[in-house]
Amino acid sequence: MPLAGCTGLLSTLDPAGPAAASIATLWWVMFYGATVLFALVAVLLAMSYWRSGLIRRLTPLQWILGLGVGMPVVVLTALVTTAFVQGEGLLPHRDGVRPVTISVLARQWRWEFAYPESPGVGPTIGVLHMPAGVPVDLTLESADVIHGFWIPRLGGKLDAIPGHVNVVRLLADQPGRYHGVCAEFCGDGHTQMRFEVIAHAPEDYQAALEASR
Amino acid sequence: MSETMEQGPSPIARHKALEGIWGTGPGLERLAAVNHNILGKRFMVAALVFFAIGGILSMLIRAQLATPNSAFIGPEIYNQIFTMHGTVMMFLFAIPMFEGLAMYLLPKMIGARDLAFPRLTAYGFWCYIFGGTILVVSMLFGVAPDSGWFMYTPLSSQPYTPGINADVWLLGVTFVEISAMAAAVEIIATILKMRAPGMSLDRMPIYGWYILVTAGMMLIGFPPLILGSILLEMERAFDLPFFDPTRGGDPLLWQHLFWLFGHPEVYIIFLPAAGALSTIIPVFARHPLIGYRAIVVAIIAMAFLSFGLWVHHMFTVGIPHLALAFFSAASALVAIPTAVQIFAWIATIAHGRPRFSVPMLYVMGFFFVFVIGGLTGVMLAMVPFNWQAHDTHFVVAHLHYVLVGGFVFPMLAAGYYWLPHITGRLPLARLSVPAFWLIFIGFNATFFLMHITGLMGMPRRIATYPSNFGWDWLNLLSSVGGFILTMGFALVLLDIIMMFKFGKGFRRDPWQAGTLEWATPTPPPSYNFAAIPRVTERADGLSPRLLGPQLARGEGYLAHTRNGWQETLGVDMTTGEPDQIIILPRRTYLPLVSGLVTAAVVLCMLFKLYWFALGALGLLVVTFLFWAAAVGNKSDIGPLPAGQGISLPLDGEVKGSPTFWGVVLLLAADATLFASLLFGALFLVVVAPGWPPPALLEGGFVPGMVVVLAAAAGAGLARLGRRANAANASPIAMQLGAGLVQAIALGAIFWLIAALPDPTAHAYSATSLALLVYLLVHNGIAFIVAVHAAWRYHAGFVSARRATDPRLAVLWGDYAGFAALVGILMLLGLPFLATLGGGL
Ligand code: HEM
Ligand SMILES: [Cu+2]
Ligand SMILES: [Cu+2]
Repeated sequence: MPLAGCTGLLSTLDPAGPAAASIATLWWVMFYGATVLFALVAVLLAMSYWRSGLIRRLTPLQWILGLGVGMPVVVLTALVTTAFVQGEGLLPHRDGVRPVTISVLARQWRWEFAYPESPGVGPTIGVLHMPAGVPVDLTLESADVIHGFWIPRLGGKLDAIPGHVNVVRLLADQPGRYHGVCAEFCGDGHTQMRFEVIAHAPEDYQAALEASR
Repeated sequence: MSETMEQGPSPIARHKALEGIWGTGPGLERLAAVNHNILGKRFMVAALVFFAIGGILSMLIRAQLATPNSAFIGPEIYNQIFTMHGTVMMFLFAIPMFEGLAMYLLPKMIGARDLAFPRLTAYGFWCYIFGGTILVVSMLFGVAPDSGWFMYTPLSSQPYTPGINADVWLLGVTFVEISAMAAAVEIIATILKMRAPGMSLDRMPIYGWYILVTAGMMLIGFPPLILGSILLEMERAFDLPFFDPTRGGDPLLWQHLFWLFGHPEVYIIFLPAAGALSTIIPVFARHPLIGYRAIVVAIIAMAFLSFGLWVHHMFTVGIPHLALAFFSAASALVAIPTAVQIFAWIATIAHGRPRFSVPMLYVMGFFFVFVIGGLTGVMLAMVPFNWQAHDTHFVVAHLHYVLVGGFVFPMLAAGYYWLPHITGRLPLARLSVPAFWLIFIGFNATFFLMHITGLMGMPRRIATYPSNFGWDWLNLLSSVGGFILTMGFALVLLDIIMMFKFGKGFRRDPWQAGTLEWATPTPPPSYNFAAIPRVTERADGLSPRLLGPQLARGEGYLAHTRNGWQETLGVDMTTGEPDQIIILPRRTYLPLVSGLVTAAVVLCMLFKLYWFALGALGLLVVTFLFWAAAVGNKSDIGPLPAGQGISLPLDGEVKGSPTFWGVVLLLAADATLFASLLFGALFLVVVAPGWPPPALLEGGFVPGMVVVLAAAAGAGLARLGRRANAANASPIAMQLGAGLVQAIALGAIFWLIAALPDPTAHAYSATSLALLVYLLVHNGIAFIVAVHAAWRYHAGFVSARRATDPRLAVLWGDYAGFAALVGILMLLGLPFLATLGGGL
């Protein structure tokens, strides 16, 4: 793959969970598709100047209805449908899964993580503890302005908006340390509003929470 | 009346006579200019200056981001810089740039001598300059806006941005927006009413269609932003909690209002550029545009679709996925009309005998860059991918690929193509080619890499970054690219200066184009055409080289001068058959005066001198009354010879004058603003937290009914006045009666305002107050217009033939009546809805 060097602590192309992985796949599919479409336009354009004999046989109707309407309709229908199905799969549906719930409170300029299922723990500030291999539902709230909760290697971002509660589901395949950032511009401290994610093996999770008390 | 002098004088004498009427004086009198030639150029020059400012800011951004842990500028300054970069580029460069080009070109392309409302052109220009100056000067004082170009609340609200930074943005941008609204109104009126005789809509050059659709989009695209800005400014100034989630407001309302404008905005920027491409490509392909009709359909489709996509900027705010899917599909759909245009252009080249030249080089650059931007746009429209890429440098890359690809490259093509028209000199081409390559390579180096930095997790709007994320090299190369790009722009500037200095002159139409603008002398005289041609085929396949001399000899309509009038032809909207002679107002300082007073209103608001602001607003109304006082005749004139053997009435003596249509268009924009307000009220009821409100309006029914009935009576009386006038009777009693009942309506509105619960306590009463203020303004205008119409009759400007004033009184009376009915229904309905609503 080109760009295979795109590993990095925050790289969406270096997924460490199913959500990020499926979106990375979507990206690669779109990337190759876009490359082909771009090449098509480039070739047609080059031919229009230097080899127009070959493409002059196309009638205006074929240009406009075939290439202008027909081709995008086919490509886009396939793409939109795929993306919709994929998006549904990433939502925090409750059927058949029992996710761990963690509350996230964003404020200028730090992240506070509380663990309603483990009373007495936390909130941990700037460090999110979560079990690996288990779906985690994070409820996002903000105490002041809008912030964006994002752990690129685990999945997509969602905003923390004052007056609203949003839920994002993430899953880390392996125990380890991941990194999160604030994606939505939130003032002078936006640049620094990063946090750390520690995914523990499920059996170590409770102990780690206790230790963070 | 007066003698006409058809076919009489020599071209030189005719030129002198026309120039004497249409020309602008020297020295300070330049400030009185209202001519589209002058103002179009001024808009473009000012836009270029702002482009340079925005460009310098972008260089600061790239300097800051070139290396990790940069200590060059801190976040406080960085936030101002990127906010101002985005704001300047979007509001002070892109929009005024295409407006200026359209103002300059459009009348020439459709065969008119000026735009429909020359004084409005000038007023718009002053609003643009003064508003832009306020924004830019704020940087010098370190109080520039710093909440990002889309100014999300609550960050931009009082508690989190206590300084005047956000007020500078809200007031400054709204001030500039006046010029966009003015441009939209007059461009539509000009295209619909002032084409050359015989130019039916389907004979209009394609650029006309693009600009017509763009102006239509501006007319309904800008009001949501203007409303949003007013509401946010009211929140900041008077603590009315429209967006405050702790008091029944909602920050998401701002996002909806902003993107309801913001998304159409990018098509508003792209379409005029695409119009230039559709004009230029056939000329260099030496083949008529393929798919004229398909393109017209495509741009109309694009306009409609673009108003249904705004939510794709909000995929991460937590809107239900099914709704997102709808907007995702709609966003993908917009790729189709885009593709139609792209392939129509390629087909035109393929079927022609293309030649290369500097404009074509930029057209190729456009294809390369814009197609990439379009493809990444489709990617971003896919919800799951958007969740990853949103708010990263991937988006920064995408938006520059579309904006630079879809606007800057086409505008550079347009510049090289039309500058000879403006200067009367040909480009030298020596610097042009290397400049292109610097821009092309520099651009791609800067922005292609940002796709990768974005995918590697770099959020946008961060002032610096540590070294451990793997972004260092990409950012450094981006910055190097940015400086190459800047060198390219500098070279283009040099190239243009050289062209002004050393370019060779030419006779006419250097590109063998087929559109009317090349039939004027170059540089063009203030009146464009010594005579107005009749068009008998589609007006992009004409022969300017033949037509030009004929027109200069006076072979056409209105080839005379009389009474010192600035005359141009008005036509039927669809068929293009002439139906009136339009007399345009001449040069005047009034637009400057109104512009200065508007600046006073804005500055008083900015410095929180609210009572002074109100006073200045009153003064502004007075200056506008002076505008009206300067037009009209005191006696009926009847049809006058218009050349080619036909006689036509003056615009003041027909039903569908441009003035009338201008007001209709203004009301359309106004209605969109009102609709946005109603949307906002319902949105808060349904979505915002903190409902139901603690206290509701009580006893509103009686005064509410008084408002509705009085406003209805006002509308009825205005109509009776119009009828009386048509029957040669005096309308004064009816019109004064209309004024009286409007005054009663105003009183009842004040009563309602007094009855409202504390508007700072909850968004419910704040929105109710906003509704009432809207009614106050409109019943107030209806009052002024009705009384003014009576005064105009009294002063002798109105007769059964000269009935524009009574007609305008009816328009405003009807609209105020309609607004009162809907507004009061909403006001009285809100308490019921409020008890139902609440975080549904
Ligand atoms: C001259 C070359 C240009 C360069 C090098 C440049 C560079 C940049 C960069 C690096 C950013 C991201 C700042 C950040 O997120 O921290 C940015 C933002 C932006 N640029 Fe440009 N830009 C250029 C031209 C333009 C043009 C021509 C337009 C519009 C017509 C434009 C519109 C914007 C907008 C709207 C933003 C977003 C600002 C915000 O986040 O509030 N830029 N630009
Ligand atoms: Cu934040
Ligand atoms: Cu942030």
